[in-house]
Amino acid sequence: MLKIECPFCGNRNETEFSCGGEAHIARPLAENKITDLAFSEYLFMRDNPKGVFLERWCHTSGCRRWFNMARDTVSHEIIEIYAMGQKPKTAIGKKAFLSNWRRKSKAETASTPIKRTAK
Amino acid sequence: MKQKQPHRLPANSQCITREKTVQFTFDGKKYIGYEGDSLASALLANGVSLVGRSFKYHRPRGILSCGSEEPNALIRVIRASSAEPNLRATQIEIYDGLIAESQNRFPNLKLDFLSINSLFSSLFPAGFYYKTFMWPASLWMFYEKIIRRAAGLGKVSTTDKDTDRYEHKYAHCDVLVVGAGVAGLQAAYIAATSGARVIIADENRQFGGWLLTDNDFNINNKPALIWANNIINKLHLMPNVTCLVRTTIFANMDDNFIVMAERVTEHLSQPDAHLPKQRLWKLRTAKTILATGAIERPLTFSGNDLPGIMLAAAIRSYIHRYDVLPGTRAIIFTNNDDAYYTALAIHQAGGFIRCIVDLRDNPKSFIITQIRNLGIDIRFGHAVIAAHGVRHIASVNIAKYDSKAAQPISNIDHIDCNLLAMSGGLNPVVHLHSQRKGNLIWDERTACYRPENKSDDWVAIGAANGTFQLARILSEATKIATSIISKLAKNNQRLEMQQTPEMPVSDEAKQNWAPLPVWSIESAQSYISDKTAFVDFQNDSTVADIKLAVREGYHSVEHVKRYTTTGMATDQGKTSNINAIGILANTLNKSITQTGTTTFRLPYTPTSLGAIAGRGIGSLFDPIRTTRMHSWHHSNDAKFEHVGQWMRAWYYPREGESFQQTINREVHATRHYAGLLDASTLGKIDVKGPDAAEFLNRVYTNNFATLPIGKCRYGLMLKEDGMVFDDGVTTRLAEDHFYMTTTSGGAAGVLAWLEELLQTEWSDLNVYLTSVTEQWSVASLSGPNAKAILKASMSEDTDITDDFPFMTMKDSFIAGLPVRIFRISFTGEMSFELNVPARYGLALWSHLMRVGKSFNLTAYGTEAMHVLRAEKGFIIVGQETDGTVTPYDLDMSWIVSKKKADFIGKRALARASMNEPHRKQLVGLITKDPDMVIPEGAHAVIDPNKELPMAMLGHVTSSYYSPNLKHSIAMGLLKDGLNRKGQTVFFPMLDGQAPIEAKIVDPIFFDKQGDRLRG
Repeated sequence: MLKIECPFCGNRNETEFSCGGEAHIARPLAENKITDLAFSEYLFMRDNPKGVFLERWCHTSGCRRWFNMARDTVSHEIIEIYAMGQKPKTAIGKKAFLSNWRRKSKAETASTPIKRTAK
Repeated sequence: MKQKQPHRLPANSQCITREKTVQFTFDGKKYIGYEGDSLASALLANGVSLVGRSFKYHRPRGILSCGSEEPNALIRVIRASSAEPNLRATQIEIYDGLIAESQNRFPNLKLDFLSINSLFSSLFPAGFYYKTFMWPASLWMFYEKIIRRAAGLGKVSTTDKDTDRYEHKYAHCDVLVVGAGVAGLQAAYIAATSGARVIIADENRQFGGWLLTDNDFNINNKPALIWANNIINKLHLMPNVTCLVRTTIFANMDDNFIVMAERVTEHLSQPDAHLPKQRLWKLRTAKTILATGAIERPLTFSGNDLPGIMLAAAIRSYIHRYDVLPGTRAIIFTNNDDAYYTALAIHQAGGFIRCIVDLRDNPKSFIITQIRNLGIDIRFGHAVIAAHGVRHIASVNIAKYDSKAAQPISNIDHIDCNLLAMSGGLNPVVHLHSQRKGNLIWDERTACYRPENKSDDWVAIGAANGTFQLARILSEATKIATSIISKLAKNNQRLEMQQTPEMPVSDEAKQNWAPLPVWSIESAQSYISDKTAFVDFQNDSTVADIKLAVREGYHSVEHVKRYTTTGMATDQGKTSNINAIGILANTLNKSITQTGTTTFRLPYTPTSLGAIAGRGIGSLFDPIRTTRMHSWHHSNDAKFEHVGQWMRAWYYPREGESFQQTINREVHATRHYAGLLDASTLGKIDVKGPDAAEFLNRVYTNNFATLPIGKCRYGLMLKEDGMVFDDGVTTRLAEDHFYMTTTSGGAAGVLAWLEELLQTEWSDLNVYLTSVTEQWSVASLSGPNAKAILKASMSEDTDITDDFPFMTMKDSFIAGLPVRIFRISFTGEMSFELNVPARYGLALWSHLMRVGKSFNLTAYGTEAMHVLRAEKGFIIVGQETDGTVTPYDLDMSWIVSKKKADFIGKRALARASMNEPHRKQLVGLITKDPDMVIPEGAHAVIDPNKELPMAMLGHVTSSYYSPNLKHSIAMGLLKDGLNRKGQTVFFPMLDGQAPIEAKIVDPIFFDKQGDRLRG
């Protein structure tokens, strides 16, 4: 059982937490029309890597706050824990973030407002 | 009563108390042993060597070992409180009145009808059950009964509850030492002197490990046991040390989370009622030291499973620890020096060594010379080819053996004996290391897998690390414990390492630890078969099985393991795994390293489910939630149903009333007069903040931003996939303040989901969510008389019943209680949901029942509520929906806003697959026979006379008898349902009943215009 350091409560047993799956899946904005295929990348596709994985956790039996974690799925080592809305700070975490296929996906691109060029 | 124990030696051991005799029963017969005896040692002392029948072939089996690795002697222990099967005789401590019985035999041990299986063993090869009973599937039910009887281990009681108590305990320590043998004791002592919090635990009844058996070594020029007892005494006196006996560390998990089972009272005749049977420890350690020792390997030859064939070191243990000599004419069969100590022990105990059969060609060591000088017959380069006997070993075949060519190379001798000590080398107990994915290294010199000590979290020392010589074990334990403490002390002021820890000095080794691995003894003799050369004793798998698996194409060690079931019994192959890998390697012509290993999983030894469950059973398994009106329901004879954790009043039967009569009365009363429902379980969430309206607009399909203050609106919530997730009425209390209700069962899930959205998706929104489900008690007053009752319940100055339109909210007082009233309806009648601070729930309810008496007010339960809402075609999320249903499928497109730019689920509803034909849609169903109620879950077909398999249209989600319509009504999800209105469908029934015929209709059966609820 993992020992997880909740950023708000400190070290606690894994049983107090629930894992919310892959982190950094940006929600496409409705104003940006995307195809069903592109939308399905957001809705259905989830990574299951062997190695470093960026995932979301919630301290459900504690403060009920969400946070991000970079974790090695082979060694179970927790590489870093960082706040919701932030990006990983460690080199390993950064690499996992930048090399993820989502960074180029249409769904992720559609998560920010389209820049309208002035006429 | 004095009874002879034919195999008991004169008093010598300090591990048993000869003054205290203990009487126990085995298979109905009474025996005598001594305090300190294990069941195994007491049975051996009494000359009982046959203790069980094997799993598959029902072969006679005896005691093989003296520890938790025992594969054969599985015993059922019967107590007044419970009966526990599959306990190892080697670990059961006898107590006065112990009742033990053997397992897997019928009718008794000596005469077992199913032992006929062993005559037909050629018919039961590896994979036999897979191959034979694959087809036809319909006969499996028949085979299964026979197989279940023939195969298997002990029986659990199916009728009696386990009334024993099991406790859980949490603890932390700096250093956990697993195993209290030489290595463990020395490491624990060094750690403890630094001030570290140390827990040392051992699965046996006393500390000392193999020093209790091998007592002729010296440490610091005194017998080793004196050194050990000195350390043990010191550890017991140190306040920072916890010493635990009878405690098995069975799980080594991430971040040094350790689980151990302490057997607290199992060994006692009269346990203290205040103590649990077992205590499960959940432990976090900074460092774990694995001093778990090693397990001896059997040798593999034909007939090696006969009672009277035992592990050599175990025999030595029975002689030295328990004063028991299991046999008088012994053969020693070995590939290493250690078994010579067993020969010496048997010799010194008065037994006769027929001969020592050593697979090695010409080994030399101090102990061999010592044995030779005693005049004992030693045959080097020889092997036991086969053992013979009916229910006990009687003789062996011996020949000169060429281990490279794998065949006997001389004439075969026949020698009689009644005991065979075998030793195939030692396997370090690496289980706890493997559980953490620790790597193993094959050590050619000692012919064993030892752990690769790479982790910062745990380290193996002593025999568990493949270090088998006393002097080396002591220095290794000292060195490693010192280095661990030095590391810990860097970050911990509490710990202070002594600069030069005491290093005990022991005798020089008298033996040469270099076993010759010969994984199986092969022979071409016609009367000798590898079908009786057992590798895994507990699962009855043989050398022949492994070879067959290879012939059939299974080459991976993991596949062979599963196909032959080797190592898959309750002992997880403690004595068999390495032999099996060796035999597989030989068969495949590969090295051990190339062949690979399987992985040990937790638990190390079988752990009772009672210990794992602890106190979380019965009423403590899950909390039961009751409303503040519960006592009224209870005293009014309500029947209850469980909705999530809630206990809700289901219906209130009067004397002599059937279930249906009660429901009919409650439904009728609510439609014609008035009904009162306890709706306190409804999920309630307080939504507050400047962005509350915007937030609700994003999570509901319909518009909430425009909701005026004081108005209520029904909302539907989807998940991002467009499927209905929850529904409920939300009321705007102020510009920035909403009161949301959810389904009773979904409340926690909805709150969690909304929190997730706020924290992870829309952290820019300033909204706060608070669960207020338990802060409000709710009584739902419904029916034509509802308004009159509400008026009568209020004083004139608090009466707000006039000008109170549908879907609005008002605050007022009833009988002095502050009450928030919502004019909303789930029954289709004019309704008022009366919310009071939770503690006033019972007062409100009682007041309304009193006032309502003259208006024919009737309390109704959840069943009547279901019928009332079904008459109106109102859905229940989780009943009409199952996570695959969209608002369109429910014919509720009116609630999906077309104007809002976005909401959760909006994009998904636009996916092409959402608009495909043949989606299941919600419809009403009216049966042809008005009294026939379709079972919920029944499947609809168009023509019940079509041949099977029939295409199914969908299923019934809700079905009731409607007393108002005097007709059965149902709702269901049917393919293309909305286009099928007016069509007839059939619901085929089981057991030859005629299919039920029904017409597809609109799901609103009653008051379609809704005049009644608007009033």
